[in-house]
Amino acid sequence: MALTRTTYALAAGEALAAAMRVDARVVALGEDLGCGGVFGQYRTRGADGALRPLQQEFGAARVIDTPISEANIMGAAVGMALAGLKPVVEMRVIDFALCGMDELVNQAAKNRYMFGGQGRVPLVARMPIGLWAASAAQHSQSLEAWFAHIPGLVVACPATPQDNHGLLTAALACGDPVVYLEHKELWGLEGDVDAALPVPLGKARIARAGGDLTLVTWSRTLHESLAAAATLAGEGIDAEVIDLRTLWPWDRDAVFASCAKTKRLLVAHEAVQAAGFGAEIAASVAEALGIAVGRLGAPRIPVGYAPTLEAEARVDAPKIAAAARTLLRR
Amino acid sequence: MQTQAGRSARLLRLYRTMARIRAFEDAAEAASQGGVQVWGMEASALPAKVRGPLHLSTGQEAVAAGVCIHLRRDDLLTSTHRGHGHTLAKGADMTKMMCELHGRASGCNGGKGGSMHIADFGVGMLGANGVVAAGIPIATGAAQALKLQGHDAVVACFFGDGAINRGPFLEGLNWARVYGLPVLFVCEDNRIAATTPTRSMTAGDGAAARARALGIESREVDGNDVEAVDRATAELLPLVRGGTPALLHAITYRIKGHVSVDPGAYRDAGEVERARQADPLGHVRALLAALGQAAAAQDIDTEVRREIAQALAAAEAAPWPAPDAAFEDVMTTGAGQWR
Repeated sequence: MALTRTTYALAAGEALAAAMRVDARVVALGEDLGCGGVFGQYRTRGADGALRPLQQEFGAARVIDTPISEANIMGAAVGMALAGLKPVVEMRVIDFALCGMDELVNQAAKNRYMFGGQGRVPLVARMPIGLWAASAAQHSQSLEAWFAHIPGLVVACPATPQDNHGLLTAALACGDPVVYLEHKELWGLEGDVDAALPVPLGKARIARAGGDLTLVTWSRTLHESLAAAATLAGEGIDAEVIDLRTLWPWDRDAVFASCAKTKRLLVAHEAVQAAGFGAEIAASVAEALGIAVGRLGAPRIPVGYAPTLEAEARVDAPKIAAAARTLLRR
Repeated sequence: MQTQAGRSARLLRLYRTMARIRAFEDAAEAASQGGVQVWGMEASALPAKVRGPLHLSTGQEAVAAGVCIHLRRDDLLTSTHRGHGHTLAKGADMTKMMCELHGRASGCNGGKGGSMHIADFGVGMLGANGVVAAGIPIATGAAQALKLQGHDAVVACFFGDGAINRGPFLEGLNWARVYGLPVLFVCEDNRIAATTPTRSMTAGDGAAARARALGIESREVDGNDVEAVDRATAELLPLVRGGTPALLHAITYRIKGHVSVDPGAYRDAGEVERARQADPLGHVRALLAALGQAAAAQDIDTEVRREIAQALAAAEAAPWPAPDAAFEDVMTTGAGQWR
């Protein structure tokens, strides 16, 4: 097991480069890829330690700089996939991906089904989510629930460098259209990555074992949840933290098994709570097990610019700990 | 210079394609009576055999025939919601298409798509589409893949006059020009977008003018004159095969309503009558008669009638998809988790 210390952003760059080296069908397209992506997530670190854009290794025909044409980027990826390629689509932020919704939801997600299985659309749409650098209402959204709602789409939300390597590798191999949601505040997060470790889609990870309540989360909120669990541990509350990792398919077995043990479920996510994916998990657990469930997400407000406003939309460790205490009192 | 025999032979090929499209759509329209209840139409007592919306290209057959006669089997094609003609002209199997319209398991999409999503990937026909202009980005991506893989195939991208007012038209044309992609854009301009005359909603001089502004070679052509479409495509396609996108703006007319149950009563009756008089099939029949080929044209009509009868009989006899098929071809990852 060879571990490499790397960042969340570079872990994905390395995973993509590894896939491109062994499979000529893998290409990447999007705005500003030539320079390595605006977040540096289309780069690798060479043996000399220098960071290099993927385009230097794979050329401009496979790492494709595009016009600011989100609809055409996503639609072209559908056409590329139908003609035998495996495109990785870069949307910069999920907010911009909304300009390519027909192409993703009506075309990519439906193609295989509505044409009776004649074709496949194996594309990976990287659509970064989340609060980041006071980016306000149009660069901060977490819209994972939208895509979990759409038949045909896989939805992945990596929270660690290891998972950003492993899940991207799995996404490229799965043959389905994948909505791949990296969190912008995690780009610089460092961790050990085993490039050979498979991270299957649809398998959750128990990030912290515990017996008093189950805390299901994903993406950046994992780290807030772990911090909340540490606080709660000081109060004698032992939380089990589950990193869901993929929202569709989602690992019911892991969640149900934990909930059967703890008899309490709290789902925490950065996305707006109303009609968020936490509601789906809470309802499923309540239907199956009849235990006490709780949800914590952002209020149904746009993300504001000033730190005092942005903080209202942030689901942080103190809020998660408070929600857990409330649940335990029920 | 084309010989008279050569011209006759080519016209007969074109006529066969046009006659097959016309007959297929006439039969589908008849089978759809009592289907979608909109546009103030009364539902009939009998359920329709073809249930879904049926967008007919009646009157526009010369465009599909004149363009697709130039396409090879390995060339690709993206279509519109009005796609029966493109599909047949690209070489799809008529019986499988008729089965699809009837929603049967033996349809080219296994009964999952119907008219609006008719497709035959086996002949490079990548699908009709329920969203205006949606085929344009897909065509550019398919062309980019062909280029990257070193294939010399091209993509024919059909869209209507309404599509040029959607963003993907600009995005896709720019994209094709920037990357030098082998796409023949074909604007099938039937002069009406659903019920709205396109001219009233379109600034400037239309598809070809907009394409020229992007440096894309363009031709405007009488889309009801199949020989003119044939010639214009012959001029543009070598450019496209060489890796330069081009656009053909074919002006035609939609004789029927927007969708099969729409009588199109919002249009001027005189305009529709003039279009019927200028029917592109009638035009070809007259040409063929003048070339001494009237009997050959009649033979084609007879053959097509037989083919249609067989397709209809096959479709009506074919089984419905098994209910379990509703859960097939959704996705592989997590298959089985449907709730």
